[in-house]
Amino acid sequence: MQVNENKEFQPLIVAFCCNWCSYAGADLSGTNRLNYPTNVKIIRVPCSCRVNPMFILRAFQRGADGVILCGCHPGDCHYTSGNYFTRRRMTLLFGMLDFLGIERDRTRVEWVSAAEGAKFAATMNEFTEAVKKLGPNRRLEDLRCRKQ
Amino acid sequence: MQEAMIKRAKELLADGTVDRVIGWKKGEFVYDHTPAVFTSAQDIEENFVCDELTSANLSKYLVKETVREGKVLAFLKPCDTYSFNQLVKEHRIDREKVYVIGIPGGPKLDIEKIKAKGITGILSVKNENYTLKIDTLYGASEMPFYEAVSEKCANCKSKKHVVYDELIGEDGDVLDSGRFETVEKLENMTAQERYDFWRSELSKCIRCNACRNVCPACTCEKCVFDNPSSGVENKAAADSFEENMFHIIRAFHVAGRCTDCGECSRVCPQNIPLHLLNRKFIKDINELYGTYQAGENTTDKAPLNDYKMDDCEANVVHERGVE
Repeated sequence: MQVNENKEFQPLIVAFCCNWCSYAGADLSGTNRLNYPTNVKIIRVPCSCRVNPMFILRAFQRGADGVILCGCHPGDCHYTSGNYFTRRRMTLLFGMLDFLGIERDRTRVEWVSAAEGAKFAATMNEFTEAVKKLGPNRRLEDLRCRKQ
Repeated sequence: MQEAMIKRAKELLADGTVDRVIGWKKGEFVYDHTPAVFTSAQDIEENFVCDELTSANLSKYLVKETVREGKVLAFLKPCDTYSFNQLVKEHRIDREKVYVIGIPGGPKLDIEKIKAKGITGILSVKNENYTLKIDTLYGASEMPFYEAVSEKCANCKSKKHVVYDELIGEDGDVLDSGRFETVEKLENMTAQERYDFWRSELSKCIRCNACRNVCPACTCEKCVFDNPSSGVENKAAADSFEENMFHIIRAFHVAGRCTDCGECSRVCPQNIPLHLLNRKFIKDINELYGTYQAGENTTDKAPLNDYKMDDCEANVVHERGVE
């Protein structure tokens, strides 16, 4: 097997997707044969509101270079109001990460419905490109978890 | 003022209104006043103290005290009454079991600022016309009062008691403080500068957990940082990630409930400006969801327990300020 010397940096993206909209949206993009990067690893959560700020930090600790949180559009939450709470929480958390000097483009919230397979693929393509430009996550990484 | 407080405490103990008093007692050093529960008039007479160095917030001790039988008398400064109200709102304090006497607030002194002037072996500190006369083992020295005022008192947000049964001294007003100035200054730095600033501050952390233990908003019986499987359980941080994680989560868990009493920074043995993290959340909440002061009353809904249909999207924080 040949080792490619000019290997491009491949970020690891963790996507938290809500069971009712975004996960189904990801499924739809798959059945529609739309391409999105293999860098994206999806974690299914019952609701975007399930995502504890600690989950996001933990993802960075375990080697993620970018974390994206996808949920139902505001007003469409399966549990009526979960994503409204998510929105406030994540606004504050992202503000704090920015305040501590963590690069802004590593975190994002996107609303993707079950019918938006194309939007899911496009979002993931765009987000992966943005994180790729930033390079590996160094400011919020756990050295003990770094893969050599 | 100390005499008036001792007199009133003894009266209330004698007529049976309360059966214990929570206040401050003299510690090992003159500047080392610690919170204490007094049960007898004699104990109060001998050990009770209230001066420019009694800055501890007594509200959190009432969580444990009100679980017990009987009524307790608490002396609360204006900033402490906000914490008290917030705890009443969260049903952590039984309001019926506390007799609150509001006392005038600071300005309180920060002993570290005196020590930073190279003054050591302190035997006594006296305020005479806003000059501190400090008696030390190595002779007398003095310094201007306002150079030793603690950060939280220098940026006092309110001299108004939001809750009390009676007052000793005058009630004040909510002040227009410049407490967000340092946060703004940091926000206007570049991301790299902010990162360097926080790295130099947070890397000093020894994970003594004093900031969590003293915080009147941190009253969970079982803290997430006490969980052995959390990976950030009470221990010295082995890695910069753990430091960031602990401080982000600590501040996040009190977001919308922090009254900005400044206890976290006061107790930090490493002098990390932890209140800046809390103030950042308060500032964001004020700007994005409307001005909110935790503990101002016991009825308003906390910003993180509430939402509006037209709240801003989370990604807007990526578009403001300096990158």
